[in-house]
Amino acid sequence: MTQEKQRLVIVGNGMAPGRMLEELFDRAPDVYDVTIFNAEPRVNYDRIMLSPVLSGEKTFEDIVIHDDAWYAERGVTLHRGEKVAKIDRAAKMVTSEGGLAASYDKLVIATGSSPFIIPVPGHQLPGVLAYRDLDDVDGMLGACAKGGRAVVIGGGLLGLEAAAGLKAQGMDVTVLHLMPTLMERQLDAAAGYLLQRELESRGIDVRCGANTKAIHGETCVEAVELEDGTMIDASLVVMAVGIRPSADLAKEAGLEIGRGIVTDATLRTSDPDVFSVGECTEVDGRVYGLVAPLYTMAKVAAEHLTGPSEAAFKHAETPTKLKVTGINLYSVGEFGDAEGTEDVVLRDAMRGTYKRVILKDNKVIGAVLYGDVADGMWYNEMLKSGEDVSEFRDTLIFGQAYQGGGGADPLAIVANLADDAEICGCNGICKGDIVNAITEKGLASLDGVRAHTKASASCGTCTGLVEDLMTLTLGDDFAAGAPAGMCGCTTHSHGDVRRLIKAKELKSIPEVIQELEWTTPEGCAKCRPALNYYLVSDWPGEYVDDMQSRFINERVHANIQKDGTYSVVPRMFGGITTPDELRAIADVADKFEIPTVKVTGGQRIDLLGVKKEDLIPVWDDLNKAGMISGAAYAKGLRTVKTCVGSDWCRFGTQDSTGLGIKLEQLLWGAWSPAKLKLAVSGCPRNCSESTCKDIGIICVDSGYEILYGGAAGLHIQGTTMLGKVPTEQDVLETVGALTQYYRETGYYLERIYKWADRIGYDHIKSVIYDDLEQRAAYFDRFIFSQKFAQIDPWAERVAGAEAHEFAPLADLTLEAAE
Amino acid sequence: MNIQVSADAVQWTLVGAVTDIPRQGARCVKRGDMTVAVFRTSDDRVFALEDKCPHKNGPLSQGIVHDGCVTCPLHNWVISLETGSAQGADEGQTASFPVKVEDGRIYLSL
Ligand code: SRM
Ligand SMILES: Cc1cc2nc3c(=O)[nH]c(=O)nc-3n(C[C@H](O)[C@H](O)[C@H](O)COP(=O)(O)OP(=O)(O)OC[C@H]3O[C@@H](n4cnc5c(N)ncnc54)[C@H](O)[C@@H]3O)c2cc1C
Ligand code: SF4
Ligand code: FES
Repeated sequence: MTQEKQRLVIVGNGMAPGRMLEELFDRAPDVYDVTIFNAEPRVNYDRIMLSPVLSGEKTFEDIVIHDDAWYAERGVTLHRGEKVAKIDRAAKMVTSEGGLAASYDKLVIATGSSPFIIPVPGHQLPGVLAYRDLDDVDGMLGACAKGGRAVVIGGGLLGLEAAAGLKAQGMDVTVLHLMPTLMERQLDAAAGYLLQRELESRGIDVRCGANTKAIHGETCVEAVELEDGTMIDASLVVMAVGIRPSADLAKEAGLEIGRGIVTDATLRTSDPDVFSVGECTEVDGRVYGLVAPLYTMAKVAAEHLTGPSEAAFKHAETPTKLKVTGINLYSVGEFGDAEGTEDVVLRDAMRGTYKRVILKDNKVIGAVLYGDVADGMWYNEMLKSGEDVSEFRDTLIFGQAYQGGGGADPLAIVANLADDAEICGCNGICKGDIVNAITEKGLASLDGVRAHTKASASCGTCTGLVEDLMTLTLGDDFAAGAPAGMCGCTTHSHGDVRRLIKAKELKSIPEVIQELEWTTPEGCAKCRPALNYYLVSDWPGEYVDDMQSRFINERVHANIQKDGTYSVVPRMFGGITTPDELRAIADVADKFEIPTVKVTGGQRIDLLGVKKEDLIPVWDDLNKAGMISGAAYAKGLRTVKTCVGSDWCRFGTQDSTGLGIKLEQLLWGAWSPAKLKLAVSGCPRNCSESTCKDIGIICVDSGYEILYGGAAGLHIQGTTMLGKVPTEQDVLETVGALTQYYRETGYYLERIYKWADRIGYDHIKSVIYDDLEQRAAYFDRFIFSQKFAQIDPWAERVAGAEAHEFAPLADLTLEAAE
Repeated sequence: MNIQVSADAVQWTLVGAVTDIPRQGARCVKRGDMTVAVFRTSDDRVFALEDKCPHKNGPLSQGIVHDGCVTCPLHNWVISLETGSAQGADEGQTASFPVKVEDGRIYLSL
C-alpha cells in the first residue's frame, strides 16, 4: 500500500530552501509533494556568484544550482514569478498575487531579505538599482553598455563587489561610504584603509564619510549630490546599504515577528506546521546574512520535516571574505574595542599585509587579516574550540607555520588541521569529509571533489585549500599549483604539449599519448580535438586529420541541432550574393523540405533542420550552383563581414566589400585554435562592426587600420590597433601573418583576444607589424598550409569521402514489420 | 559483446561488418522509431546503445568515442558503452543491447 504523500509548500526559492530540499530528498525522497512559489521568474541559482556574472567572469548558466530537469526529476512544482500574497493558516493555504492557490500540510517561509533603499529625493528614478538578484545585474549590465560613471552607495561587501564588477565592465566608478572606513562591520580601520588604497590603485574612486543628499535627473539618473554640496555625474546608481529580513507576509499571517520571523532552534515558527529558513528567519535572537548559517538552518529544518530529530540550530561565527579577484581579506568574530580584550597586531608595510588577532582571557575571539590570509582558518579553529593560547601567545601572530612542528611549508598547515576543521565555510564541509570523498570515491580532479562534496562549489574562495588537501591525499598524482593539465588525461599544459609536439616531432595522436605519458589509453573528448588541431596546424601536408577526434560538426561539416538535425550555411564571400545563388538556395530549401531559412548575424543564409541523410544531396546542389561550405561549425575561419564601402556609400573611403571578399578568399578553409571572424568597414563609422571582431579592418583615406583582439560573445571588448598599412596587399599579408602566428601559438579554444592577453599585444605588434621579415615568414607559412586546407569539404563528401557518416549501417524496420 | 543471455531466448540479427564502422566511431541501425548506435572501439570491441542520451536525448552515435565511453555531442555527458550509464557526477542510463561478433560480422539482439 502506498502512503498518501504530504503537501509541502515553500514560499521563496532562494539558496536556503534550495539546500533544504536537497537535504530533504536525500533523507526521504517520497514523503512530500513539493510546490514552490518564487517571486523571481527563474530557477534556483547561486546568488553569491552574481558578482562574477556582473564582471563577466561567469554566465547565468554557470551559476544555476537546480535546472529544470532537477525539478522535473523530483516532481517538484515550481511557480516562477508568482509572489505569495497571503497565507491563510486556518485553511492551511497560500495564494499568490497572480491568484494561484496551494494547500499545505507543512509550510516553509523562505522569503529572504529585501535590499534597503535610502529614501533620498530621486531614489525612484530609472537608473537607481539595488544589488540583490539577476534583474539588478541585468540592469547594471544594460547601463554598462551605455558607459559613463556608476555611483555605488555603500562600501560594504556587496557595494565593493558591485564596484569591482562595474569597473571590470569598463565603467568609471565612485563608491560613497557613510562611515570613515570601508567595510567597517567586518574590518577594523587599518585593514579598511589598506583596502581603500588597493581599490583606488585600480582606478575606483572611494569617498568615505560621504552622505548622499539627493539623486538628480529628469527622466533618469544624471548626478548624485552629497550633503556637502559636491555633485557627481552618474548614469547609474547602485544602492548597497544593507538588507532587511522580508517578514511582512509572515507578520500578516499572525506569526510571531521580531527582527525576522521568530523560530525555535528546530526552525519552527510560532505555528508548529510552519517553518522558516534563510535570511528572513530570526533564531535565538539573531538574523543572518551569509549562506553558511542558512545552510545549517536548511539541514536542521530538513531533519525535522522528515521525522523526529534531535537536530538543533546553534550559532557559529562565519568568516567574511571579499570576492574581488586579487584582493585577499578575511575577518571573523569580534574586533571592537570591548573591555577586557587585547590585540596582537602585525603590519608589513612593504608587502601591504596586516594581521590582527583579538584575544580575551587568552582565547581568540576574532581575527582580521589583509593581504596574507593563509592563517585565517587556523585562527577560526582556535576561535571555535576556545583553546587557551597563552603558551604560544608570543608567536601566535606569525601564524601556524611558525609554531613548533609546523614548518614553513604551506601544505604542512593544511596537514596539521584536525579532521573536523572546516575548509568550505559556505557549505560547512570539513577536512575529514573531503579526504574521505577523495579516497573512497577515487576523486582525482577538483571538479570531482566539487560534484561530490560541494566543497569550494559556492563562493570558491577555499579552492586553494581543497587543492592542498588533494595534493596531501593523492601525493604526486595531483600537482596543485602547477599549470593545470589540458584535461584529466595528462598533467601537461597546452603550452607544454604544443612545444613538445614540435621538439619531439610527434606526428600522430597515439604518438603524443605514448610519448607524453598520457594516463588514459586513448585520451578523451577534451584533449583529442585539441591534439588533432595542434597536429593539423604543425604538420601541414603530412598529418592526416583524425576524423574520430573531431567534434561531430567538424566531422559532418554542418551544425548539429538540439533535435539531431543539422544546419547548413553556404559561404557568401564578403556577404555578397547573386540572384542565381539565392535561387539555388531557394530550390534546395523546397526540394528537401527544409523548415527554416534564416539570415544569420554573419551576413549569410542558414538552412536549419536538414536531415542527416539529406546533407550530401543538399551540398551537391549547392556545389553545383558554385557555393562551398561556410564552415559555420569550424574552429577556423567563419565570416568576413563587410559594408558597402566606396562603391555606393557617400562616406566610404576604400572598397571595403572588395577587400572583405579578398580576405575571405585568402583565409577560408584555415583551421585555427578557436573560431575566427573578421570584418571590414569602409570608414570609421564602422557599419560592419570591425571593432569587436577577432580581426577588423577600418578603411581610412590614407590606407587601412588593422585591429584585432575584439570580442562580442560571452565577453565583450573592443579591438586593439595592430597598425596602419597603405595598400590592400599589405592588409592581406599582415592579416595572413597574424592568423598564422595565432595558429602556431594559440591554445585550443583560445579566441584571439585571450591569446593576445597571454602573449602580449606589444609583443605581437613587434613580431607581425614592426618586423617585416618575420611578417613575411609567417605569411609564407600560412600560404603553404592553405594549399592543404582550401579543399571544400562538401565537394569531398559528395565525391564519396567519409560515406559511413551519412548512411545508417542497417535499417531493420521492414524486417521487424514482417 | 560478452553479454551472457540464455541461448534460446535470443534472436540475433545481422546488421553489418565490423569494418563498416570506423575505429572509435559509430553507425546507426534503424528500426521503426528507434535508432540504435553501434560503436566500435580502437581495440575492435563492438557495443550497441539506444541512440539517445539519458540527459536530453542527444544522438550518442555522433559523439567522440574514448576509453570504452562516448561523449555526447550536445552537452558532453560521458556514457559508458558497456552499461549505458552516465559517468562521473551525472546520473542516468541509456538502454544497451547484446552484441555478438562472428567472423567479423555484427549481430544484435534488439
Ligand atoms: C547562426 C548564428 C545565429 C544567427 O542566426 O544569426 C549563430 C549560431 C550559433 N552560434 Fe553564434 N551564431 C551566429 C553569430 C554569432 C555572432 C555574431 C557574429 O559572428 O558577428 C557571435 C558574437 C561574436 C563572437 O563570435 O564572439 C556569436 C557568438 C557565439 C558564441 C560565443 C563565442 C565566444 O567566444 O564568446 C558561441 C559559443 C561558442 O562558440 O562556444 C556561439 C555558438 C553558436 C552555435 C554554434 C551554438 C552551437 O554550438 O550549436 C549556434 C549554431 C546554430 C547553427 O546550427 O547554425 N556563437 N555567434 C550566427 C551565424 C553566423 C554565421 O553566418 O556564421
Ligand atoms: C551580490 C551578492 C553577493 C553575496 N555574496 C555572499 C558571499 O560571498 N558569501 C555569503 O555567505 N553570502 C553572500 N551573499 C548573501 C547570500 O546570497 C544570502 O545570504 C542568501 O542568498 C540568502 O538566501 P535565502 O534563501 O534566505 O534568500 P534569497 O536567496 O534572497 O531568496 C529569497 C527568494 O524568495 C523570493 N520571495 C520573497 N518574497 C516572496 C513571496 N512573498 N513569494 C514568493 N517568493 C518570494 C525572492 O524573490 C527570492 O528569490 C551575497 C548576496 C548577494 C546579493
Ligand atoms: S544562436 Fe547563438 S545566441 Fe542564439 S541560442 Fe544559439 S548560441 Fe545562443
Ligand atoms: S543530451 Fe547528451 S549531454 Fe545533453
